[in-house]
Amino acid sequence: MSLTEFAPISPARRRRNQLMRGVLMAGTIVALIPLVLVIYYLIHKGAGSLNEKFFTTDPTGNFFGNQGGVRSAILGSLEIVGLASLIAIPTGIGVALFLTEYGKQTRFANVVRYFVDVMTGVPSIVFGLFIYIVLVTSHIGGNFTGWKGSVALSLLMLPVVVRAAEVVLLLVPSALREAALALGAPRWRVISKVVLPTALPGLMTGSLLAVARGMGETAPLLFTVSVAFGATANLGAQMNTLPVQIFNDIGSPNTTLNNRAWGAALTLVALVLIINLIARAVARRSRMA
Amino acid sequence: MGASAATVPGDRSRLERSPVSRLPDQVLRWGLTGLAAAILILLGYFFIRLIGQSSNTFSSFGLSFVFGNDWDVSRNIYHGFPLLFGTLLTSAIALIIGVPVAISAALFVTELCPRRLRGPLTILVDLLAAVPSVVYGLWGVFVLEPRLLPAEKWFASTFSFIPFIGGGTPTMPNYFVAGLILAIMILPIVSAITREVMATVPAEDKEAALALGATRWEMIRMAVLPYSRPGITGGAMLGLGRALGETIAVVIVIGNAPVIGSHLFNQGYSLAAVIANEFGEAAATPIHSSALFAAGLVLFVLTLIVNLLARRFISRGQHGHRGTGATGVSIGVSAPQ
Amino acid sequence: MIPPETNTPDAISKENVTQPTAETTEMSTTGRSPDEERERPDLSALGVREGAGHTVNVAGLHAYYGDQHALRGIDICFPANEVTAIIGPSGCGKSTMVRCINRLHEEIPGARAEGSVKLDDLDVYGSGVDVTSVRRMIGMVFQKPNPFPTMSIFDNVAAGLKLTGAKREDLRERVHRALRAVGLWGEVKSRLGEAGTGLSGGQQQRLCIARTIAVEPEVILMDEPCSALDPIATLRVEELIDELKERYTIMVVTHNMQQAARVANSTVFMLDGEVIEHAPTNQIFTNPKDERTERYVTGKFG
Repeated sequence: MSLTEFAPISPARRRRNQLMRGVLMAGTIVALIPLVLVIYYLIHKGAGSLNEKFFTTDPTGNFFGNQGGVRSAILGSLEIVGLASLIAIPTGIGVALFLTEYGKQTRFANVVRYFVDVMTGVPSIVFGLFIYIVLVTSHIGGNFTGWKGSVALSLLMLPVVVRAAEVVLLLVPSALREAALALGAPRWRVISKVVLPTALPGLMTGSLLAVARGMGETAPLLFTVSVAFGATANLGAQMNTLPVQIFNDIGSPNTTLNNRAWGAALTLVALVLIINLIARAVARRSRMA
Repeated sequence: MGASAATVPGDRSRLERSPVSRLPDQVLRWGLTGLAAAILILLGYFFIRLIGQSSNTFSSFGLSFVFGNDWDVSRNIYHGFPLLFGTLLTSAIALIIGVPVAISAALFVTELCPRRLRGPLTILVDLLAAVPSVVYGLWGVFVLEPRLLPAEKWFASTFSFIPFIGGGTPTMPNYFVAGLILAIMILPIVSAITREVMATVPAEDKEAALALGATRWEMIRMAVLPYSRPGITGGAMLGLGRALGETIAVVIVIGNAPVIGSHLFNQGYSLAAVIANEFGEAAATPIHSSALFAAGLVLFVLTLIVNLLARRFISRGQHGHRGTGATGVSIGVSAPQ
Repeated sequence: MIPPETNTPDAISKENVTQPTAETTEMSTTGRSPDEERERPDLSALGVREGAGHTVNVAGLHAYYGDQHALRGIDICFPANEVTAIIGPSGCGKSTMVRCINRLHEEIPGARAEGSVKLDDLDVYGSGVDVTSVRRMIGMVFQKPNPFPTMSIFDNVAAGLKLTGAKREDLRERVHRALRAVGLWGEVKSRLGEAGTGLSGGQQQRLCIARTIAVEPEVILMDEPCSALDPIATLRVEELIDELKERYTIMVVTHNMQQAARVANSTVFMLDGEVIEHAPTNQIFTNPKDERTERYVTGKFG
């Protein structure tokens, strides 16, 4: 007896498959709607505030009349995040080097790994409180200062750098290390001449993602930097930053200031997205190489 | 270590290695170890200082700081249950809305969508994590809240028979909006972890299901979901940790009323929000400051527990199956922060 | 090498003696003697099969992985109720070929196939044919035993049956029959609720075969089913294959030429994505027509 047809799949199963495919696709679209909406409104409401004055003047603090732009906020953010990066990136890569080159699977190294992971889950506001308690209430070098904000941000950025760096350092083929060691190179030279250069693109990606994260944080800055109007290069003083400026402008009952918040938010998101995309581009290129 | 392996012929300087030339190695080794140790010590120190600063509150109010329902700054009474309630409620809303969407997106990207779309969709979902929380707050308070209000009113009156959810009159800032914003914020991290866990489902499991004549969805039910369940749970808990600790977006949209709202669409407060909001005025009153530090401590401990549990789930998901040393999903790296 | 089977032949016969009542009734229905040294595969447990077996015809089959041309025009006829072994050096396309028969090949990103595969007169690649229906009728056993790690022994065998909505009583009956058919019943009947991954490798592979035959396919594809097993477990699976051909048309991809010689009615030798020779197994190993086949079976290359 010959076969006449393949065992047909029941309509119910077929429908269920189609239905679930639709549901999952709908879920994906729903996930992307906020991104589209946020970006749409940022451009829609924020682009109008962007003009030369917006970028070249500092906020005045006036409620009426000339309220000024966000120059000091942009500069402050760059300075504070810059210093935070100078702290977090070398420290993070150092810790990652310890983990991959020396600590490996020792008990101590695993404890370090564990607590680095714990740090990723600590809310940013708690880091703000830590620094507030340790550095601000003790009045070390003034009360609220830019550099204290950098320290708080660096704590947030550190675990991102460490985990990313550890992954890329582990990707450096051990044959490469062994080849150099076999040639008689001391380990520090192997690390500086072989391991780090090989891992460089990956390290950059991880660091840039950390910078992007630090750039958008608000809560830790409230407790450590507070706020100011004017631009300053002095990290030992109170400073203005984009997130804090946005936060304060949102709270204002003045529509012009609300609009400035949109403009500043558009600027901030643009900065963060650019850093993110650069990070991804670096990662992609290194993966192809 | 490296020095003893010097065997290059003709390279005399290497053969004549003195203890002095080994010094950089030692410095680097112990320097890096010290760095790692310093971070652990620093974390411990911070934690102890936070406990020290909040001890005043716990000795004054005891457990009623956590379970008492009366937060009144003017009378210097700090019973923080309304805050804890707000934190837990908004986080629960975030999970209920965010997790199914995140899992759908992860499943669609890993199992269903055309290969060409996989990369772009992944990046787009991850980009949700790149938007700063203050921007979500801005969007939430000026766009989402007013537009959602009519829908909330309709919902509250239509489902007025459901206690807590229906019946009340929705106010502009409310728990639900805060939870919704949090859902958006945890979506990328939950989705990323879920995606990674799903990527570790062995191809042979999926092929076994397909070879039995399973449809795509049946294959997902049979092979993908059961295998990745612990990892998905872990991802959801990481999301919960994020939601519990999120500050700025919540401050902006929750309404900052230190009472337990009578319904879902009512104003409230959260632990993180109260710290950010009252911190300025509290500086003058030691007990008020201490109460805020105590709120921070409760928040810290809460997120710590949730995160440690999340880690356990994720690592169990990685090693629990078939004993293959599958590549671990590292929470810190791949998950967008 | 001693296989890590939890139930040695001794243990089984002892078990049979200590539990005479339940076992004897089972045995009278399955025709098994309690003195038997170890459980034999019992295909009769599956009941009488309607109709004859079915032939698989592969014609002009090309398969690709992206730009890589893995199969270059394959023509083979797999006769009904026979075991056909497919041998050849690594990378010659053996696995790809069988994976084209149940259309699993196309699940690999970037992979595609052209040509015709027919089950009797039904075109596997015909338009409007649902791949799930194809796979329902053409079962597959994989290289590495792959029971679902989160499912119990019972649920593993029931997995395929549940898809088509088998009812509870019927489901249990059919799972038991499938386990008897692969000679695993005695070894697992007391622990059907335990994880399938807790079994030894050989038991796991027989569990996977039970899972495949539980849905009553027409054809069974086996992709190096014994390569992960020790010699004794291999022997048991080979015996099972020999029994299974009464009911199914079977293709076995193998690296092991002795295995081909032991189980197969006919053998296909493949090289670089082409069929070099297809002949009765005996002839392939003793008197191959093609020089390359001879060099391969005598171990001169590959």
